[in-house]
Amino acid sequence: MSEPTGAMRLPRQLGEVIDRGEPLEFTWNGRPCHGYAGDTIVSALAAAGERVFSRSMKYHRPRGLLTASFHDPGCMVQVGDEPNVRGAHRLAAGGMVVTSQNTWPSLRLDAKSVNGLGGRFLTAGFYYKTFMRPRFAWPAYESVLRRFVNGGTVSPDTPHTRPEKRHAHPDVLIAGGGPAGMAAAISAAEAGASVLLVEEEHGLGGHLRWGSEADLAALAELAGRVAAEPGVEVLTDAVVIARYDGNALAVLERRHGGAEAERLIRTRAKTLVVAPGLIERPYVFAGNDLPGVMLSTAVRRLINLHAVRPGQRAVVLTANPDGDAAIADLKRAGVEVARVEDARLGGDVSAAVGRTGVRAVQVADGTRIDCDLLVTAVGWTAPTSLLNASGDRPVYNPRAARFFPDASRLPGDVLVTGGIAGDGSLEELTEHAAAVGTEAARRAGRIAAARVAATPTRRAAAPLAPGPGAGTGPAAAVMPPDLPVEAHPELFIGRTNGFVDFSEDVSAKDLRAAVAEGYDSAELAKRFTTATMGPLQGKLETVNTVAVVAAATGASIAGTGTTTWRPPYVPVTLGALAGRAFEPVRYSPMQPWHEAHGAVPLVAGAWIRPDHYADPAAEARNVREHVGIIDVTPIGKLDLRGPDVPALLNLLYVNKWSKLGIGRVRYGVMCADDGVVLDDGVTGRLADEHYLMSTTSSGAATVWEWAENWLQTEHPDWRVHITPVTTAYASMNVAGPQARRLIERVTQGVDLSNEEFPYMNVRTGQIAGVDDCVLWRIGFTGELSYELHVPAGYGLHVWETLLDRGADLGIGAFGVEAQRILRLEKGHFIVGQDTDGLTRGFSAGLEWAIKLDKDDFVGKPELAWQFADGSGPRLVGLQPVDRSVVPEVASLIVEGGHIAGRITSSRMSPTLGRSICLAQVEARLAEPGTEVTVRLPSGRLIAATVMPQLAHVDPDGERMRV
Amino acid sequence: MTILLPCAWCGPREATEFAHIGEVAARPDPGAVTPAQWREYLYLRANPCGWTSETWYHRMGCRRFIRVERHTETNEVRPVPAAAGARAGEPAP
Repeated sequence: MSEPTGAMRLPRQLGEVIDRGEPLEFTWNGRPCHGYAGDTIVSALAAAGERVFSRSMKYHRPRGLLTASFHDPGCMVQVGDEPNVRGAHRLAAGGMVVTSQNTWPSLRLDAKSVNGLGGRFLTAGFYYKTFMRPRFAWPAYESVLRRFVNGGTVSPDTPHTRPEKRHAHPDVLIAGGGPAGMAAAISAAEAGASVLLVEEEHGLGGHLRWGSEADLAALAELAGRVAAEPGVEVLTDAVVIARYDGNALAVLERRHGGAEAERLIRTRAKTLVVAPGLIERPYVFAGNDLPGVMLSTAVRRLINLHAVRPGQRAVVLTANPDGDAAIADLKRAGVEVARVEDARLGGDVSAAVGRTGVRAVQVADGTRIDCDLLVTAVGWTAPTSLLNASGDRPVYNPRAARFFPDASRLPGDVLVTGGIAGDGSLEELTEHAAAVGTEAARRAGRIAAARVAATPTRRAAAPLAPGPGAGTGPAAAVMPPDLPVEAHPELFIGRTNGFVDFSEDVSAKDLRAAVAEGYDSAELAKRFTTATMGPLQGKLETVNTVAVVAAATGASIAGTGTTTWRPPYVPVTLGALAGRAFEPVRYSPMQPWHEAHGAVPLVAGAWIRPDHYADPAAEARNVREHVGIIDVTPIGKLDLRGPDVPALLNLLYVNKWSKLGIGRVRYGVMCADDGVVLDDGVTGRLADEHYLMSTTSSGAATVWEWAENWLQTEHPDWRVHITPVTTAYASMNVAGPQARRLIERVTQGVDLSNEEFPYMNVRTGQIAGVDDCVLWRIGFTGELSYELHVPAGYGLHVWETLLDRGADLGIGAFGVEAQRILRLEKGHFIVGQDTDGLTRGFSAGLEWAIKLDKDDFVGKPELAWQFADGSGPRLVGLQPVDRSVVPEVASLIVEGGHIAGRITSSRMSPTLGRSICLAQVEARLAEPGTEVTVRLPSGRLIAATVMPQLAHVDPDGERMRV
Repeated sequence: MTILLPCAWCGPREATEFAHIGEVAARPDPGAVTPAQWREYLYLRANPCGWTSETWYHRMGCRRFIRVERHTETNEVRPVPAAAGARAGEPAP
């Protein structure tokens, strides 16, 4: 392959991470570009001689490579349908389609760069002030401004991914895989701790990766020891994005499993070691955003990691040894270093000049030097994000010109090492880190032991076994040696105006203007100008922002303080946060039959049930005339055992339960302590100390927790054991005049005669050859009916047997809709439909059930007061005078222009051939025979009559007692 | 909330496994209570900035209700003295 890569590619470098044996090709704005495996998108483009990678947000100025890292503001690109890809971090891959963002019609010729000409009008607050008035015009403004929004495009056809989450529980998590992080990991693991070592870059090593031959040798030695340590799990291309109480840490793992998908690792670490190193800070001067202005770490990364010559002729502004090392690297790479301005000796740069890239630089003495590269090494920013999240307030040290952790504020489970903690030689830093790692392991062991000690045990004499990680590390605290702090000149803002925030196009002048307008604290100026609020979230610009505000207000940097670093540390895709959706769906064992017989599904909470099979009115008629069968498996079922079950029932239900005989069933209503109806159902006594409670389908989980709460927190002395058996049984209700004839055909061991097994009784027996079935004689539909609970595995068998054996009796399956018609004909209310969150017991027609002469039951005081004052609406049966009109549910009942109630249920009754309703009305309208006015949604008013009772069909209940 | 809670049956567990039932409130004697006292029990809580006694329900675990003392500002959690926990799901010896 001839010329597989670009003109700026250097010969082999000692520490290069590219694989020259594996060339690759991708496209950049439609043109082919060549690189090697290990290249980032931008390093491959830079090797090909590209200098401009994007246009800036507000002024559409050309932007190039500044940091050559994830946090490079000018290197955000679109890759396929993925916007805002960090091009100086994302590895290039063969076949990638890479385009520039925020450019129109092209990167080279950007029409929107006219913004730059009008720059003096686009000062801080321009948008707030200009587009506020007139307010009605905002939609028009918005539609135009949206075209100027920075960022890529999202395709609606982007395939949905199913990101998984992982949970991790290391003893020690180390944020940062540089030399300090590696040394800490090794010593923590040697002390017996399990360690998760998280590194943002594609490889461990931090600054050693682009360092000297000695650095590379030190890196190889550390990496070998990490790899040999089985207690250390290494994650590269992963970031700790947030820290919460008790070291709950969100770790974002990129390229999980090779794909570009991100994965969130919810981590609970006992101790956290913060070792992120330092981020090199840009310098503020005229033209500091031109392509060709680079940080010293950027040129060192380009040369040493990717073998790319960053330019031809360079000026270097250096204030530290890293800048000096960059000069050596540049010379070795064949870059002519035309001038070195040493800030330690008073050197400075006042301007970079050029249109689409640096063409010349003006230095402190006024000399103008032609060049295509300006390298700055003016100092460091401490990325204190995880420290802030731990409650620390980093303090500014003017001698070192950067912020340091405040050790006195750090919680005991957070430790700090590496460049964020101090300076020193590699040996000093790794020695410090090793001590911190040992101490982190020791504290992890103590925390694990303390957690066990703080957990109450079932037997005081037998404490829990120590958990994993307990007792690791040495017994006594390990004090790391002090790290030196080296002097560094305070270099933030040069003598000319330049950009402070590259992502948001905020200049030093904008910040000064904000201060002049009264936004005289860093937090206010930040919000007004949006400095530090762009994609980089302050990593490059925070300290410079503070320096400008401090200078403008006359305060010191220490007095001004930084803006707050908040999670997430880097952007995270919403899919990674959301993870996989778990929405369990429940079907009864009879679902195959329902599907085969055309059931129209109804979603009822987690359950999918048959709403109807064909005509619900016909299904309801068949129940009244012959016999029907409905799948009621979702009904909540609780198995109650123990001598104190009657006490529990008396507490939970408003009615009395002390004298329920074996084989008897009673209907009960539960209210909460505020008197509001909570649930209803029947409970039967199967044996001396054995009861079966049924609840509403939607209330099954609530009632279980409700009962457990009263048992465990108020009456732990009561001997009751509750087992939820809702899905252990398949449940079906056989209802209709022919129900007994059908049940007789399939049941063994139960006398079904009305004398031996009357209404409101329960029996156990064998149905269709299945033992241990429960039969209740109860009637939600108002017909003679048997509710059968059969072991779930036999549900379909029993269901099909009943339909088979009942064919000559006219049996038909009915769904939830027919059941709702039937129960409304009978006037049975549904909790949550005919009652709501304010409906107290006497508003639900429960005068007959509520026994205020009981000593206590849940809700008793409120119900006693409601009984005394007669307050609240009343539930009534209601029939429209016009038999054909069915008022929609929630239609209002009005009186003289006021709302006096509402329809809670309404249907056309197939039995009566007329419309029927339940309604909540004001108490004074509840008198039987009262004529009320119902306002239909159309606005039409109709008359309706209050009935003497809730039941519209068979009010005396004779049909179900036969 | 991401703290760990001490469950007597399961050990230290993530708070996300629990339902927060709320501050412990003593239920007045229903036979001798005024409406004002009863509604204070129903609706009013001290909600202190400091130590508070709470009930949590280990819904995604052992399904036991546990009593926890928690500092609402620091989320520090400490075990409940045995006598105080007797009516809040404190495990029987």
